[in-house]
Amino acid sequence: MPIFTTAVEPGLPARVVTRVGRSAVTAARALADVRTWLPHLVPQMRRLGVDSVPIALFIATFTGIVLALLSKYIFTGAVPLYFVGALVGKTIMMELGPVLTGLALAGRVGANIAAEVGTMRVTEQVDALETLAYNPNSYLVVPRVLAGVLMFPVITALAILLGVVAGWITAVNLLDLSTLEFVKGLKLFYKFKDIWFGLIKAASFGAAVTLAGCLMGLRTSGGAEGVGRNTTRAVVLGCEAILVLDAFWALVLL
Amino acid sequence: MIRFTDVHKRFGPKVVLDGLTLDIPDGQTTVIIGFSGTGKSVALKHIVGLLAPDAGTVEVDGRVVHELSPDALGALRGEIGYVFQFAALFDSLSVGANIRLGLARRGLDEATIQARIAESLALVDLPGAEARFPAELSGGMRKRVGIARAIALRPRYILYDEPTTGLDPVTSAVIDGLMVRARQELGTTGVVVTHDMRSAYTVGDRIAMLYQGRIRQVGTIAEIQATDDPVVRNFIEGRPFDPDALPVEATA
Repeated sequence: MPIFTTAVEPGLPARVVTRVGRSAVTAARALADVRTWLPHLVPQMRRLGVDSVPIALFIATFTGIVLALLSKYIFTGAVPLYFVGALVGKTIMMELGPVLTGLALAGRVGANIAAEVGTMRVTEQVDALETLAYNPNSYLVVPRVLAGVLMFPVITALAILLGVVAGWITAVNLLDLSTLEFVKGLKLFYKFKDIWFGLIKAASFGAAVTLAGCLMGLRTSGGAEGVGRNTTRAVVLGCEAILVLDAFWALVLL
Repeated sequence: MIRFTDVHKRFGPKVVLDGLTLDIPDGQTTVIIGFSGTGKSVALKHIVGLLAPDAGTVEVDGRVVHELSPDALGALRGEIGYVFQFAALFDSLSVGANIRLGLARRGLDEATIQARIAESLALVDLPGAEARFPAELSGGMRKRVGIARAIALRPRYILYDEPTTGLDPVTSAVIDGLMVRARQELGTTGVVVTHDMRSAYTVGDRIAMLYQGRIRQVGTIAEIQATDDPVVRNFIEGRPFDPDALPVEATA
């Protein structure tokens, strides 16, 4: 009796379209359930965002210092030293600020979400949510993803600011560069686009990292070992997504 | 009434339910017994739509569960309380907040919610436990909170998944008493999945044995206790047996 088989397997494009369509419907349904996700948004913004500020700022500070020292080494007298400001500013705003912050948060936030949601999955708390007539996507996924989209740019902006300041302090104290020269370099090639380019990337990284965490968490099975396995997968997936998105935005926006 | 009709379910190559057919009448407690891993909990999850059958249907009051729209499924879940094997309390929420979650979903006013929380905790002999957190509770207390969370919703049906597993005999007897009380005081229809025969005899009106993915026998406690089916008899008496050594007609 052919109970478990279907007569014709749909082709790959049809399966992809079906899957994307279903995901879109699921996301729309979850987003529409504002009453469920709204109360969890601010706590998640604090947990995923505010609590991640120290690690992001730590990375940004040392990135700024190293960039300033590195640019002096690269220029070796052939390029005017005030270009240090241009290199530090441009690189941190457009690339290293968003990407390094994103990668750091992929570890911290992605792992945090995957472990929490994965534990809820294996201890049947997600099932319990469903039996209480809650949509787990509305309750667990939407507030985390929105918190990521909203808070990653804020953290990245702070990281950019601190990275540039660290580069400036390094340039003034270790490279015999004056503040005026550093600022001159900083303004030399600056465009407003540099900032929003970095922040748009950061928002997309926030969505990717939190989605990876939620997805891997909800797909967890197999107890503690499964939680560990999917937590690692969430971090790896989040990092990969950041690098792919980084290239995508460079292609589309530059 | 809950009705399983020729339900099939498998996970990868493992066939779990293989033609499960069973009626669960209203106003009674039906106990589903069977060996570990025979699909008792899987059957239970079909009733609330946590799993969908590969073939066959599960109906609750005439509604085919896996065909319901998300809204209709949400409404159905509002009529069913589910007590999980390990309670499945939300770790980050207090006992009161755990119970409140389901009540708030139903749009009840604050006074009613507070009253329901207090009533349900009193019913499971945990009055005043609202502020405690799951990590501070023993296994038995967690199960009682799980029952309180289910009965606070005033459901028509309560599904109990291995409610006494892992508990000492005294705590098990307390949980059994709570299940009997829930049916008597709230008039709910109960479905209990267990392999604890003492508990099955205490709380059940009817017992159904699930074996190799389908119902082996269903009947009253007296009928089950008087069975001459060697599989059922060996199980209820806790005697190890080899299915391959049974007579052919007994394994069919």
